[in-house]
Amino acid sequence: MKIYVSRDSAAKAVGADRVATAIEAEAIRRGEQIEMIRTGSRGMVWLEPLVEIDRGEGRMTFGPVAPGDAAALLDGTLEGHGPTEEIPFFARQTRLTFARCGVIDPLDLDAYAAHGGLAGLRRALEMTAEDIVEEVKTSGLRGRGGAGFPTGIKWDTVRKAEAEQKYIVCNADEGDSGTFADRMIMEGDPFTLIEGMAIAGLAVGATKGYVYLRSEYPDAIAVMRAAVELGRRKGVLGGDILGSGRAFDMEIRAGAGAYVCGEETSLLNSLEGKRGVVRAKPPLPALEGFLGKPTVVNNVISLATVPVIFEKGAQHYADFGLGRSRGTATLQIAGNVKYGGLFETAFGLPLGEIVEEIGGGTATGRPIKAVQIGGPLGAYFPPEKFDTLFGYEEFDANDGLIGHAGITVFDDSADMLSMARFAMEFCAVESCGKCTPCRIGAVRGVETLDRIAAGEADALPLLTELCDTMTDGSLCALGGLTPYPVMSAVRDFPDDFARHKEAAE
Amino acid sequence: MTDIVPPTADEMREIIAAHQGLEGPLLPILHAMQDTFGYVPEDAVALIADALNQTRAEIHGTISFYHDFRRAPAGRHVLKICRAEACQAMGGAQLAAATLGKLGVDWHGTNANGAVTVEPVYCLGMCACAPAAMMDDRVAARLDEAGMGELLAEAGA
Repeated sequence: MKIYVSRDSAAKAVGADRVATAIEAEAIRRGEQIEMIRTGSRGMVWLEPLVEIDRGEGRMTFGPVAPGDAAALLDGTLEGHGPTEEIPFFARQTRLTFARCGVIDPLDLDAYAAHGGLAGLRRALEMTAEDIVEEVKTSGLRGRGGAGFPTGIKWDTVRKAEAEQKYIVCNADEGDSGTFADRMIMEGDPFTLIEGMAIAGLAVGATKGYVYLRSEYPDAIAVMRAAVELGRRKGVLGGDILGSGRAFDMEIRAGAGAYVCGEETSLLNSLEGKRGVVRAKPPLPALEGFLGKPTVVNNVISLATVPVIFEKGAQHYADFGLGRSRGTATLQIAGNVKYGGLFETAFGLPLGEIVEEIGGGTATGRPIKAVQIGGPLGAYFPPEKFDTLFGYEEFDANDGLIGHAGITVFDDSADMLSMARFAMEFCAVESCGKCTPCRIGAVRGVETLDRIAAGEADALPLLTELCDTMTDGSLCALGGLTPYPVMSAVRDFPDDFARHKEAAE
Repeated sequence: MTDIVPPTADEMREIIAAHQGLEGPLLPILHAMQDTFGYVPEDAVALIADALNQTRAEIHGTISFYHDFRRAPAGRHVLKICRAEACQAMGGAQLAAATLGKLGVDWHGTNANGAVTVEPVYCLGMCACAPAAMMDDRVAARLDEAGMGELLAEAGA
């Protein structure tokens, strides 16, 4: 009998280790032979601690499981959810990037290869750099970190740049609230990121890669470091990748708790050991990036999606999606939601279907008031906008952004003026200080929102003007996009701003 | 709090030497200092500056930029409570306020018996099982006041 328990940090944070230990102890007590496999996450976080049992008829899901359930679980008397892949939340997905996540032991390279891993890298090793880039362009893959820039075009710029040394830098500084896809894939299928970075290296002529991984993710850092070590030992990384004579190696670097380092130029400064302040562009990092050398900076999910594009073919990937948003989005359904977790699907689902049907509405059972999409720099959407289709352009047209595809649900107890204030407060705490609209604007924003809360009527136009200045005058997305959550709250939830006024009167 | 014996220059030089060959060695050096000593000692600044051929101002500037690096030892454990949106949607702000109140500290403060220093953190990636906190390197999610109480009890607060 095989038993699968996730080692994802979200699973462990709600007791997966205790459950695994209890099951093993119970099996020993009974003298029953079990094989315990610690996997990544299946993405169904609301069922964690989630246990799968395979008695020869496929994997059956149980959850949430408590340590005290171990006996009933082994007896076969614990009520479960049936075959894992028939659970509606799972069955409705198109799992490309996350195909192996939750299925295999993340540090079992043989299992990785048995489930399609390394096929993409082997194919890329037979191709010219130009053809590799062309394949990525054909897939339609765009930056999954939020900016949505076509990955193939970025790679082409670096490929054409002439330099003795080029770099692949993976942006794993996933600081946006509501997002955990980077963490989940790094903890659950680290080799897909390593393989994606190796393919990127072949495409642009880079032999060295770095993953800049936020320090708030100690589990992900540990898994990635172990995977890199294993990759070197097994010849996936190093001077002769898969016996091809080609070289690519990489290192995992820990961030130091600065949100702004998710911005690519701050990240490069930080990686170089400097203060994580934003650099003015141009020069583009593609031409003058890490240590002044041509550098590909891509988000984790962008790079982790590259292997499946090469395994199944660019067209297979491009056939999913909507408009100019090709392939799949790795939705992270979060916050006050009944069925929270990771849901990978083709672009194009309406927002309402995502939060109400797939997410099942709020965890508290109260009506949904607002949904923030794209992290702390993303707009709050009211239910009236739930017909917005999930795509880069579609959200842009509705004064929002998809960002890293984090979707945070709030029930009707949320006070949107407080949320707007928090957005400004967060920007003030995390501003790198380089440009004035962000550094000073965010502080003034908090003060202005406090005045609105105190009922000062003339403060609201001032807030609008301040937000315009931040949008137009900031160097990077932190100051430039903080107005999104603030002004969406003002625009779409006017009652929360008027109520304070009435209270003052 | 127990008396902290400041590290010797040789101990610090050893850490610097172990990372000096890296491309962009400063953050790895600072992390190693903090992992070893619990903080980045003031005396390390000049030693690092000398080894990396940078000014002390540059090293100081980097240390002070990042939330992670502390210039003085923390309590025996560091509790990071998530303040970000997804946790707020699940009552994280109330939980944080209650925890700070129970410990009698404000953010960044250390409780009276020196067991716990409380820091804010903006997202631990536990957004589908909020609210969350991290005691040292161990994450706990779906927390309520009882769950937080257990964490604090284990830490001796």
